[in-house]
Amino acid sequence: MAQIKTAKTNPVSEFFSKLFRNQIFIPIAALLLLAIFNLIADPSFFKITLGYSSDGNPVLSGYIMTILDYGSELAILAIGMTLVTAASGGQDISVGAAIAISGSVVLRVLCGTDSRPETLQAPIIVAFLVSCLVAMAFGAFNGTLVAYFKIQPMVATLILFTAGRSIAAWINNNELPIVSDKVFSYFGGFLPGIPIPTSFFIAVACMIITALVFKFTSLGLYIQSVGINQNSSRLNGLNPEFIKFITYVILGFFVAVAGFIKVSRLSTINYSVVAKDIEMDAILAVALGGNALSGGKFNIGASVLGAYVIQFLTTTLYKLEVSSEALSAYKAIVVIILVVMSAPIVREKLAALLKKIKASAAAKSAN
Amino acid sequence: MSENKFSPRTIMKKIGGMSDTNLLTSITIVVFILMYIGAMIFLGKGFLKPQTLFNILNANAALIILSCGMTLVMITGGIDISVGGVTALVSMSCAVYLDYMGGNVFVSMLIAIAIGLAFGLVQGYLIAYLEIQPFIVTLAGMFFARGMTTIVHTNPFNVENESFVALKDTRIIIPGMGSYNKAGNYIDAYIEIGVIVALLIVAILFFVLKWTKFGRNFYAVGGHRQSALMLGVNVKRVTFSSYVLCGLFAGIGGYVYFMHVGSGAASHAMGAEMNAIASTIIGGTMLTGGVGNIIGTLFGVMSLSLIQNIVSSVGLDQAWWTGITIAAMLCIFLVVQSIVVSRKSRQTKKQAAMAEKPQTPQNKAAAN
Repeated sequence: MAQIKTAKTNPVSEFFSKLFRNQIFIPIAALLLLAIFNLIADPSFFKITLGYSSDGNPVLSGYIMTILDYGSELAILAIGMTLVTAASGGQDISVGAAIAISGSVVLRVLCGTDSRPETLQAPIIVAFLVSCLVAMAFGAFNGTLVAYFKIQPMVATLILFTAGRSIAAWINNNELPIVSDKVFSYFGGFLPGIPIPTSFFIAVACMIITALVFKFTSLGLYIQSVGINQNSSRLNGLNPEFIKFITYVILGFFVAVAGFIKVSRLSTINYSVVAKDIEMDAILAVALGGNALSGGKFNIGASVLGAYVIQFLTTTLYKLEVSSEALSAYKAIVVIILVVMSAPIVREKLAALLKKIKASAAAKSAN
Repeated sequence: MSENKFSPRTIMKKIGGMSDTNLLTSITIVVFILMYIGAMIFLGKGFLKPQTLFNILNANAALIILSCGMTLVMITGGIDISVGGVTALVSMSCAVYLDYMGGNVFVSMLIAIAIGLAFGLVQGYLIAYLEIQPFIVTLAGMFFARGMTTIVHTNPFNVENESFVALKDTRIIIPGMGSYNKAGNYIDAYIEIGVIVALLIVAILFFVLKWTKFGRNFYAVGGHRQSALMLGVNVKRVTFSSYVLCGLFAGIGGYVYFMHVGSGAASHAMGAEMNAIASTIIGGTMLTGGVGNIIGTLFGVMSLSLIQNIVSSVGLDQAWWTGITIAAMLCIFLVVQSIVVSRKSRQTKKQAAMAEKPQTPQNKAAAN
C-alpha cells in the first residue's frame, strides 16, 4: 500500500519525504537552524582569522575553529557511545569518570612519582598505550556487568560513575601533576605549521578507523542484529554477550583517546571537573543523531554530526554571553524542542496536519 | 509435620517461593541489620547511641523522599534523573522568596510543591503521551533545573527569615533514647520534622502500592506493558501519574532538604539523583520495572548512608574512599540481584518444563 502511495506522489515531495525519513536529517536540520540563527544574529560568528601562536606557529582562530576543536572529544566519544547504545540498548554514563581515570593514568606514567618533572619519565606513546589498556579494562568491567550479569547498562555504569573520579584522584595520590612538555601539548593544541586543531585530525582518524573496521568486518552488522533482537541473533550463531562486551571495550579505547586530548589541552588534570557532564553530551549526541536509544539500527556519521551540533549550540550560547552555569537551562530547552520535533508521534501528527492543510488548499483551488 | 520449620531446607524452599520483590527487599534489610550490628560490635561507642541512627535519618530524610518517587518511576520501568536538579531549584527559589521577597513559610511550601509538580507534569506528558525516552526528557529536565537555579540566584546564601529558621530548628525529642556526652550531661535524642514527613510518605506509599488498584497498576505496567494494556490498564495514564508523583516528591524532598541545610545554593544536592537511583537499586527495585518495594528503598537509603558512616569512622577519611566504597557496595548488590533473579528464572523454567512434560502425551492424543 505504502509503495503505491509514494509512487503516485510527485518526485519533489518524494524527495522530501525520503529526506525527512533519513536519520541524518535531524542533525543536519539542527545544524542549519543554528547556522541561520547565527547568520542573522551576528555574521561575524563565521569569521576565521589566521593568527600566530606564542611560538610563531600559524593558528586559525574563530568560533568555527573552537567548535571543531572542542567538539572533537565529544565526537570521538559519540562513536563509542553509538556502538554501546546500538548493541546493549543502554548508555554508558561513566565516560566522564573514565576520562578522569585515563587522564590520571597518562599523567602518572609521564610524571612518575615526581609531580613537577623537568623531563618526561616515559615516552608519550607509552603513556597513551597504558592509559588505553586501563580504560579498556574499565570498559571490560562495565561490559562484563552488562553482558554477562545482565545488569541494565545505565545501572552497571553507575558503579564506575560513582567511583571513577575517586579512583582517578587515588592514582595520583590526590596530587595535580603538571607536565611541561611541548610535544605533549601538541595533541590538544596545534601541530607546528598546521593551523587546524590537532584534536580534529584525531577525531577524523578515529572515524576513518571505525569506518574501515566496519567495511572489512561484519562487526557493524553483528552489533545491529544483537541490538534489534538478541535471541534471533543467537539462533543465527552470534554470541550476543560477547558482542555487547566488545562494544564496551571499544568505548574504553575511545575514552582513552578523549582523555588523552583533554589532559594534553591543560597539561594537567582536575579530577572533579575534567570532562564533567560529558556523558550527558555524548548521549545527547547519539539521540540527536536519530539513533534509537533502545538499541538496534545506528548511524555513526549522524552521531558525530550530532556531537558537533551540540558543541555548535554550546559555543553559540557562550557567544551570546550566557554564563557557563546558566548554559544548561538553555541547552535543555533546545534539546527538548529537538527531541519533541523528532518524536515519531509528533511527526505523524504534523504530517497529518500538513496533509489536511494541503487537502483544504487543493479543495479551495478546485473550487 | 515431622519436618523442622527452621531447617535449612524449608528456609531455602521458602526463599525460593518468595516473589522477586520480597526476596530482594529481605536481602537489603538483612544486610542493613548485619552491618549495623557489625558496626556496634567492632566500632563500638558511636554506633551504640540511638542518636547515630537518628542522625542518619535526619541527614537523609530528603533522599528518602526523592528515592520514593524514584521507586515509583522505576517500578513502571522508567527513570527520572531530574530530581537532584529540582531539589536545588526548590531550595534556591524558596530561599530567594523567603529572604529577598519577605515571603511567609506556608507560601514557600506551596512554591516547592508547585515547582515539583510542574516538572512532573511536563516530563510525564512528554514521556507518557509523546513517547519520548524518559532518560532524555529527564536529562533535559535536570539541565534545565540546574541552569534555572543559577538564573534565579547565583551566589549561595543562608536564609535568615525568622519563622523559617524557627521551623528549621524544630527538634522532635524522642523520650528515653538520649545519651550522656563526655561531660556527663544528658542529651535528648531528636529527629527533625523532615524525618516525620519522609516516614509518613513511606507509610502512605507502602499502603498504596500494596493494597490499592492505583498502586498495583504501577507493577502491572512495569511488569509487562502489553499485558497491562490488554487487561484494561490505562498504561499511558499510569506512566504519566508515576512521573507526576515523582515530581511532586522531588518538590517535597527539595523542601525537606531546604529545611535541613537552611540555605540556597546552585551546588546543592549535586549527584542526588544518582544517590537516589543507587539506593533504590540497593533497596531491591529493578530498573527493568515491575519489581520494587518502598520499605526496601527506605533501607537502601539507610544502608548507603551507614556504609559512609562506617568508612569514615574506620579512619579511611580521604574523600575518595567514600566514592569507592559506595560503588563497591552497589556492585555487590547488583551482582547478587542479577544472580538471584537468573537462578529464580531458571528454577521457574524448570518447574514449567516439569509441569508440561506429563501433559504432552495427552495433548498428542487429544490432537489425534
